[in-house]
Amino acid sequence: MMSKLELKEDKMLEVQFVGDDDVLNHILDREGGAKIKKERAQLLVNTKKIVKKPEYDLEEDDQEVLKDQNYVEVLGHDVQESLKNGSTTDGGNKVYSFQNRKHPEKMAKLGHSASDKVQLKNNDKSEFLSTAPCGLRKRSIVPRSHSDSESEYSASNSEDDERVAQEYEEDANEVTLGQKIQAQNRVVSAPVCKETPSKKMKRDKTSDLVEEYFEAHSSSKVLTSDRTLQKLKRAKLDQQTLRNLLSKVSPSFSAELKQLNQQYEQLFHKWMLQLHLGFNIVLYGLGSKRDLLERFRTTMLQDCIHVVINGFFPGISVKSILNSITEEVLDHMGTFRSVLDQLEWIINKFKEDSSLELFLLIHNLDSQMLRGDKSQQIIGQLSSLRNIYLIASIDHLNAPLMWDHAKQSLYNWLWYETTTYSHYTEETSYENSLLVKQSGSLPLSSLTHVLRSLTPNARGIFRLLIKYQLDNQDNPSYIGLSFQDFYQQCREAFLVNSDLTLRAQLTEFRDHKLIRTKKGTDGVEYLLIPVDNGTLTDFLEMEEEEF
Amino acid sequence: MATSSVSKGCFVFKPNLKKRKISVPVENYFSKGKNESEDSKLRFETYQLMWQQMQSETERLQEELNKNLFDSLIEFLQKSHYGFQKNSRDWGYQIKLREIPTAALVLGVNVTDHDLTFRSLTEVLQHSVTPYVVSLQAKDCPDMKHFLQKLASQLVDCNVDVQSKEKESVQVTQKRIHYSMDSLSTWYMNVTQKTNPKMPRKKRTSSQWQSPPVVLILKDMESFATKVLQDFIIISSQHLHEFPLILIFGIATSPVVIHRLLPHAVSSLLCIELFQSLSCKEHLTTVLDKLLLTTQFPFKLSEKVLQILTNIFLYHDFSIQNFIKGLQLSLLEHYYSQPLSVLCCNLPEAKRRINFLSDNQCENIRRLSSFRRYVENQASEKQVALLTNERFLKEETQSLLENLHVYHTHYFLILRCLHQFTSSLPKYPLGRQIRELYCTCLEKNIWDSDEYASALQLLRMLAKDELMTMLQKCFKVFKSSSEKQLGNTEKRIEEFLAQFQSLDAEAKEEEDTPESQSKGLQKTDLYHLQKSLLEMKELRRASKRQTKFEVLREQVVSFIDSLVREYLLPPETQPLHEVLYFSAAHTLRQHLNAAPRIALHTALNNPYYYLKNEALRSEEGCIPNVAPDICIAYKLHLECSRLINLVDWSEAFATVVTAAEKVDANSVTSEERNEIIQYPFKSNSAMSKQAYRMVRQSAILHVWLM
Repeated sequence: MMSKLELKEDKMLEVQFVGDDDVLNHILDREGGAKIKKERAQLLVNTKKIVKKPEYDLEEDDQEVLKDQNYVEVLGHDVQESLKNGSTTDGGNKVYSFQNRKHPEKMAKLGHSASDKVQLKNNDKSEFLSTAPCGLRKRSIVPRSHSDSESEYSASNSEDDERVAQEYEEDANEVTLGQKIQAQNRVVSAPVCKETPSKKMKRDKTSDLVEEYFEAHSSSKVLTSDRTLQKLKRAKLDQQTLRNLLSKVSPSFSAELKQLNQQYEQLFHKWMLQLHLGFNIVLYGLGSKRDLLERFRTTMLQDCIHVVINGFFPGISVKSILNSITEEVLDHMGTFRSVLDQLEWIINKFKEDSSLELFLLIHNLDSQMLRGDKSQQIIGQLSSLRNIYLIASIDHLNAPLMWDHAKQSLYNWLWYETTTYSHYTEETSYENSLLVKQSGSLPLSSLTHVLRSLTPNARGIFRLLIKYQLDNQDNPSYIGLSFQDFYQQCREAFLVNSDLTLRAQLTEFRDHKLIRTKKGTDGVEYLLIPVDNGTLTDFLEMEEEEF
Repeated sequence: MATSSVSKGCFVFKPNLKKRKISVPVENYFSKGKNESEDSKLRFETYQLMWQQMQSETERLQEELNKNLFDSLIEFLQKSHYGFQKNSRDWGYQIKLREIPTAALVLGVNVTDHDLTFRSLTEVLQHSVTPYVVSLQAKDCPDMKHFLQKLASQLVDCNVDVQSKEKESVQVTQKRIHYSMDSLSTWYMNVTQKTNPKMPRKKRTSSQWQSPPVVLILKDMESFATKVLQDFIIISSQHLHEFPLILIFGIATSPVVIHRLLPHAVSSLLCIELFQSLSCKEHLTTVLDKLLLTTQFPFKLSEKVLQILTNIFLYHDFSIQNFIKGLQLSLLEHYYSQPLSVLCCNLPEAKRRINFLSDNQCENIRRLSSFRRYVENQASEKQVALLTNERFLKEETQSLLENLHVYHTHYFLILRCLHQFTSSLPKYPLGRQIRELYCTCLEKNIWDSDEYASALQLLRMLAKDELMTMLQKCFKVFKSSSEKQLGNTEKRIEEFLAQFQSLDAEAKEEEDTPESQSKGLQKTDLYHLQKSLLEMKELRRASKRQTKFEVLREQVVSFIDSLVREYLLPPETQPLHEVLYFSAAHTLRQHLNAAPRIALHTALNNPYYYLKNEALRSEEGCIPNVAPDICIAYKLHLECSRLINLVDWSEAFATVVTAAEKVDANSVTSEERNEIIQYPFKSNSAMSKQAYRMVRQSAILHVWLM
């Protein structure tokens, strides 16, 4: 006999008994050919409830009322719900949903299946499976073992419950098997399936949208693999090489992209018309819109006064925008006490002289620097003037949230979708990519270079510091090695004989920017190597190879 | 000149002065658009004319609607100021003197419309109550200092307006002074003493009082800092005897907010009176009524467009301003995209313009689907004539346009008439507002809808007095219209009314008889009474079918039904309706109510939507490995939970991309492939390209996900 949960209208929990076969029949009937991963989780959640409250079982035992109808309703509801929330493939539903919690294997699988497909195409079945996702597989072991321990924990609440839980788990596995037959083309491995329910079981709730949200965001630990960029053997390239390589890559779909762009260019006259009639224009859509706006500028605005504002420029501010209007457009040399005064002055100036016309082109109106409420208010007020015409682009997903009704009416936007798929080269040029070597940080080669020129003792001293720093790399409050401790360690290693010699050595390092000293709160000097730990590790390895 | 630099973000471009003088007239942009076609200049002029008319009409409406509110406000201001004026020793006034008279103006959530209201309010007040009207916004007054500064500078400006601008230089110096309430009241004393003897005649309205009050409008009361508000109220209540202040709060939510913002100690210093502005829905109804449900403006909206505009209004902002903006956009789009819209003007002008239509335009007419349908229904000689003879076509077009005009006149009359009948039915099967009814009528034959059937059903069950009031209203509708084409109908309704009245008289006679019967019944016992009552009921039910009222009611309903069937044909059935109706609902929605989120998602998820390349066609859920890199990266990222490991991500990316390129080439051995996947950053030529493309993409994603 298996116990089943029921959700009544008044949210009271009621438990009743239904035969195993009935349950299976129900489930299989309901499922048909659809994917039911969510649903399975649902069932398991229910068992968990029962596990927690066995006393209800006993009470309700006597009644033995079969409320099949209700049960089916609940289940039906779940099916709908799961279809609504859970289907990963359905694109449209995804737009407004939050990120569901998914296990990391998914991605590997996806990549896997994609490659599988190609592999099938080429009838090259032999080694691919075993060879391809070697790294991926290694990675997947970690979360799996983790999940096992979790399920163990949840199952061992009490002895009685354990029995029930295990029983049910077996049952669930049976269900899984049934599914697998139905969904043949999916590569689903049993342990992967096991993981989801065990996670779900931790939460004692029905799978509501809200619940799922909190589920996705509650646990502080998020499972990603611990592989890091530093571990890759390949050294990073610098910006220049990267740019060269990128320029060699021929863009795909250039014909289609050109066609898209031509479509947008046909709108230029319309934009001018609408700008003149008191609307302002905002462009949205995937891809950099900078080139498009630039073309608009060069074709339409040659004979007008216009200001191009790069919102993505890290130093941009409303103040600088207003300044360039007052100083360069209106040739005003005075200063203003506040931004608001300046704005007022500009507004008056433009209201007085109706022949004055100004086009504002803002790339990335939603950039970090301009998205603030005050900045938007000021730009909005500018754009609401009759003879200031604003055409802007936005890129952020939530950019429209910047504007409340009042601002929206100031801007008087007309929206134009311009999906260009072009790269945000210019826009991102002020930012650093993680994968590109930063010229500012000290690279490995220069580290070794400097150290080669030093005495063995000095190298020993430096190695001591590196080791200490690496030992403390997990300590977030690590501020460095204090000079006294360092001296002590160096003495013990017979590297220096006096305070002064150590200081002399340190000066050498400091001159090459290999170490940094910092005064702590207690006035003690702390030493720190301003190089990231990955480089240091590599350095140590190289050193060891040499000797 | 370049527009990128590492040192600055603003680039000003100033063409030579000589060049700048030749500014391009706006209509050039109109004509140079993608469909260069006939009469664009004329079309643009028509657009401008039409838009001006519509705009002035809406402004007039706004004024009219606000009139009541403003009148009562002014009355309040005058009354409250009276106490100050009188300086009476009455104890009540003494108490009142400590309280600042305050008008709480509840304006509703459509914040965007408030500006207009306040602007006209200021005008009205300046005209009729006091020259000293100051309006402040919360964003200008972060603290007390700014508050007073703004107040003072605007007051001085008011003063400058009144007295000719003699002391503009003084004004500049005054700006530097730190204002206090004291300085303000001395200023006020100065001004009132100075102006009063000087020009009592100039300020006719305010001169009845020696000291006009100072009206301070706080436009958005909710967003003011409570500290500022409280301080200001406390201070100014102390100065009230020398600085007669009257406050007007603009409130968007509910009057309770005053008490939430101000503690009792402060709010007790105010003497608050509440004013409620007209609800924006009523406003919308009037705007629709005067702009669209009229033959005054030939421009019309199709059902979808109207639906979109009202939906934006009802579900997004309740803003009339925005609604009118949408109307303006649809007007512009109509004239811009439809070459025949040149005929969308008043009838005599349109007829004149038809004569000057070019051959191309005639061809355009022939291409209209509604016109083609019309031609197909004509006799064959006429068909030939219409398709070949320009002269004949123009004449025919003239008569068709005239028909269209007549159709509209009838349409709106009958629509209003039908609305009178259906707007008060229980459960409102056809909607409470006329716009809902209009939408259904535009969409399809209304008599085919279930709602219409049920409405008629309900009409057949109406009591006499209800039916009569409806008929009377209808009668008024017909009377008020200037057109007399439906005079016949008007007469019919009058007849119906008369018949009902005569029924009344008859009924009275009839009523007498059953009453006499019931008198006889009174003396029987309960059982008999019940029995006889039941009998009477039976009798009545049997006789009901024959009552004159029933017959008449049936007649009225079928009359209405016939009217509807005759005149409320959807506009699509009319030839040449494309000339007047704007139907590109899709573009309107795109430009007004865009969904950037969906656009981004589609671009990433389904690149085929934008790049029409067959290679991108794919089933749901799988990643075509030829797709733009960013799409692949995005899909892979979707597969992860909140955090993504960059290395795994790029590995997966490499797997997907190389799966296409390498395996197809069939040149790489499996060991090599293994290496590639394990170390995607190995710099063997092609692979490294992938990796670095990836790098670039992740930078993009970083921007995109910020």
